[in-house]
Amino acid sequence: MRKVFLWLPLAVFGLLLGVMGHGILNPEQTTIPSKLVGTKVPAFNLPAAVPSHPGLTNADLATGKPVLLNFFASWCLPCIAEAPVLEELKREGVVIHAIAIRDKPEDVARFLAEHGDPYARIGSDVSSRVQISFGSSGVPESFVIDGKGVIRHQHIGDIQPQDMPKILKALKDAQ
Amino acid sequence: MIAEIGLGLLWLAAGLAVVQAFLGMAGLRQPDRPDLGGAVRPVAVAQAVLVVAAFCCLIYLFIVSDMSVKLVAANSHSDKPMLYKVSGAWGNHEGSMLLWVTVLAMAGAGIAVAERRVRRDTLIATLMAQGLLALGFYAFLLLSSNPFERLNRAPQDGQGLNPLLQDPGLAFHPPTLYFGYVGMSVAFSFAVGALVTRDVGPAFARAMRPWVLGAWIMLTLGITAGSYWAYYELGWGGWWFWDPVENASLMPWLAATALLHSVTVLATRDSLRAWTVMLSVVAFSMSMVGTFLVRSGVLTSVHAFAVDPQRGSFLLALMLLYIGGALALFGLRIGTVREGALFEPVSREAALVLNNLFLTVILGVVLIGTLYPIVAQGFGQQVSIGPPYFNPAAGSVALLLVIAMVAGPLMRWRSDGMKAVLRRMAAPVILGVVALVGIKVLAPDIGTLPWLGLAVAILAAAGSIAPLWKRNLARTPLFTWGMVIAHLGVAVALAGMAVDSAFYKERLVAVDEGDTTDVGPFSVRLVSVEPIIGPNWTALEGRVEARRGDGAPFLLTPQARNYSAPPTDTSEAAISTRLDGQLYVVLGKQGQDGRWQLRLWWKPLVTFIWLGGAMIAIGGALSLVGRLWRERRSPRGGASA
Amino acid sequence: MKAKNQRLILALLALAAVIGAGLLAVSGLKQEAAFFYAPGDVAENGLPLGKAVRLGGMVADKSIRHDPDGVTIHFVVEDGKAKVPVTFKGIAPDLFKEKSGVVAEGEFHPDGTFVANNLLAKHDERYMPPELAGKMHKTDTLKP
Repeated sequence: MRKVFLWLPLAVFGLLLGVMGHGILNPEQTTIPSKLVGTKVPAFNLPAAVPSHPGLTNADLATGKPVLLNFFASWCLPCIAEAPVLEELKREGVVIHAIAIRDKPEDVARFLAEHGDPYARIGSDVSSRVQISFGSSGVPESFVIDGKGVIRHQHIGDIQPQDMPKILKALKDAQ
Repeated sequence: MIAEIGLGLLWLAAGLAVVQAFLGMAGLRQPDRPDLGGAVRPVAVAQAVLVVAAFCCLIYLFIVSDMSVKLVAANSHSDKPMLYKVSGAWGNHEGSMLLWVTVLAMAGAGIAVAERRVRRDTLIATLMAQGLLALGFYAFLLLSSNPFERLNRAPQDGQGLNPLLQDPGLAFHPPTLYFGYVGMSVAFSFAVGALVTRDVGPAFARAMRPWVLGAWIMLTLGITAGSYWAYYELGWGGWWFWDPVENASLMPWLAATALLHSVTVLATRDSLRAWTVMLSVVAFSMSMVGTFLVRSGVLTSVHAFAVDPQRGSFLLALMLLYIGGALALFGLRIGTVREGALFEPVSREAALVLNNLFLTVILGVVLIGTLYPIVAQGFGQQVSIGPPYFNPAAGSVALLLVIAMVAGPLMRWRSDGMKAVLRRMAAPVILGVVALVGIKVLAPDIGTLPWLGLAVAILAAAGSIAPLWKRNLARTPLFTWGMVIAHLGVAVALAGMAVDSAFYKERLVAVDEGDTTDVGPFSVRLVSVEPIIGPNWTALEGRVEARRGDGAPFLLTPQARNYSAPPTDTSEAAISTRLDGQLYVVLGKQGQDGRWQLRLWWKPLVTFIWLGGAMIAIGGALSLVGRLWRERRSPRGGASA
Repeated sequence: MKAKNQRLILALLALAAVIGAGLLAVSGLKQEAAFFYAPGDVAENGLPLGKAVRLGGMVADKSIRHDPDGVTIHFVVEDGKAKVPVTFKGIAPDLFKEKSGVVAEGEFHPDGTFVANNLLAKHDERYMPPELAGKMHKTDTLKP
């Protein structure tokens, strides 16, 4: 009986540690994978975010060639971090379309001038409605879409240099 | 270059921590080799010197804005005012961890140099535990959060510090809490040392007490300052949100408060041996849990911190090692520690046991409530736990605790008569009952918790000063004054909380420039709203004129600020402090019809909350000085009342 | 009092305190945990009356109405399955707009209205509240 008492604190602590460990292993979901991976992109038609680039519709994502669709915003810091990697991907021959989230034309233009412009088309999603329809919960996020307009891969968060092979492979597989 | 020097110093200090731990172990194994144990002290001092130098390197890097260092680039900006450049050094995870080990090592050096009360082997064991503890944190720093990491390519300028954190109060708030956490780690080292040598007695308690007291003062100040910061910075008019980050600082405080009282029982009466050791482990583990909650990001909080689950795992591993190890040692050793002195059910010891039990219950309630969202998530539910849970659950026990707090100092050590105690308690209790009835008569709609809270506060205010009754005040020892002031501070803070919760007035209105509105006893007029520019922000500033009755008008200037780096909107409340409370004004949005939203609060006696917090800390400080003074004069550590 | 007894009593007291804290906490948690609902959940399972909850969804297009007092707003939260009318008195956060996400804290009234005392939209600039994104994905019916 006495012995049990002495080890009780350790048991309680173990329980506590278990709860916290559980919290670490199952972090509050800040990123949720889209259920749309493997299905056709939802229909949308977005106006141009900046005058220099045309807008974006779902038809532009099904032209027979795989593309990378990047959700970004001028007010998003990780997007700045991601910009050079996207440039690198463009140099590899990847076609990148973008959707600017809750953004203004002048801000987008400044962002492109400062951080580089790897984009072919940029649609403006002022209400983030299209973003939600893609099952994306934040920016930056990127989707690999095959020539038929089917989402093949989702990348949540900024694409870092070490993620490049993964993205390139997904694009190749989508061919 | 400086960054590399800093990193080198840190590695050297980590090496010395290893040496310190090994020398300690060797010294304990071979008591016939006094040179081994004796060498621990200078090593502890050298380790402190090295890590302090490393910390200075980091501060220097922030002062000169060396953007090639990742930490500086991520947290500083060359236009930032100097104060925030310096505080930027610890306003982030890596820097604050470095601050942690720096203070830890300084505390170790302090023990090595100044501690003469405990047995020699216990001191060596304590320093050994300290070395091991420091080692874990060095590993954490060097392996997963190197503050001196360089960037391949230096950016043009840094990212800036979260604007919410650009505040003079906050430059000093986190270090205050960290000093508290580290103080708890010293208490922990002492407890481990005493368990290793089975030397759990009054000498050990007296050696540990100043550290516990110091840590507790720092935690008290940190919580008080944090509460005030949230009050004026978040612009929500509240002073405690039961946010995980706030709870993270409250839980160690609760454990430290319990420890502070039980360590006094051990030092004075040689009772509660096992319990005191247990509490020092609990208090330190709560500091670790607090750091874990703040840094791991397992819980979302209104307080923005850079979080990283990997660091959380590392902290968890450290906890497993240290707390698990200490509790295992407890299970193995405490059975062989002799029973302390006995006491009667009616005695000061018993009152302090009661105090400890109530504190433990509150701690349990807060801990469970804070962690519950993690458990619920395991069952697939998203929940948030807020004031509706914490207020009644923790508040009701806190009121009982305050009553026990009043009774304790009015009882004699070892054994006392129930009748005599009741006689001494009579005046405060009568006052409390009169208050209970009086408040209900004057304010029939008052909520239950504020009502009881206010009555208990009045009881406690009277009861706190009762120990001075019929005493020669000039000859009353300083630590008794400290206790009285701290207990009175609890009553004052409680009164502030109760009065504010019961009688605050809130108005939310839309007004044109020139319109007048009322809140509580004040009439408030929005004179104009103008754009203004600050060093790294722009804002809309409302010019609001308030007056009470026919009194002189005074001006308040709430702002809606927009920071440029990183882009963030904040609202700066304007607060005017009166003798009997604060007028709190927040400028909201402009509606389509051109009217401005104004949010106004009249918060009676709200200042008492932080005044009480400050009194508790001051009481603690007087007590600390008083104890150290007394022990200096009688190093054999005579009995203290 | 005998030494052994006192130690035992103290240990039992400590145990009682810990168990008491647990019981107190569990009973409080049962009543007060604020659960997260989407309009679809409410339509399916009925109104969670008499307790604080959080409601998340999209602010329906053209649904925001301002009262003449300038501080009360009415709007509709939808998730593609159902709609819930919401009333809020206070300063709405900057990111609160029609056709964008919102999490409201408050209580349901028996008539089906949600009375919010807090709106979280500004919560994080970069991400929409994850619970909300999760709910949106679950309903799977949002089509532009």
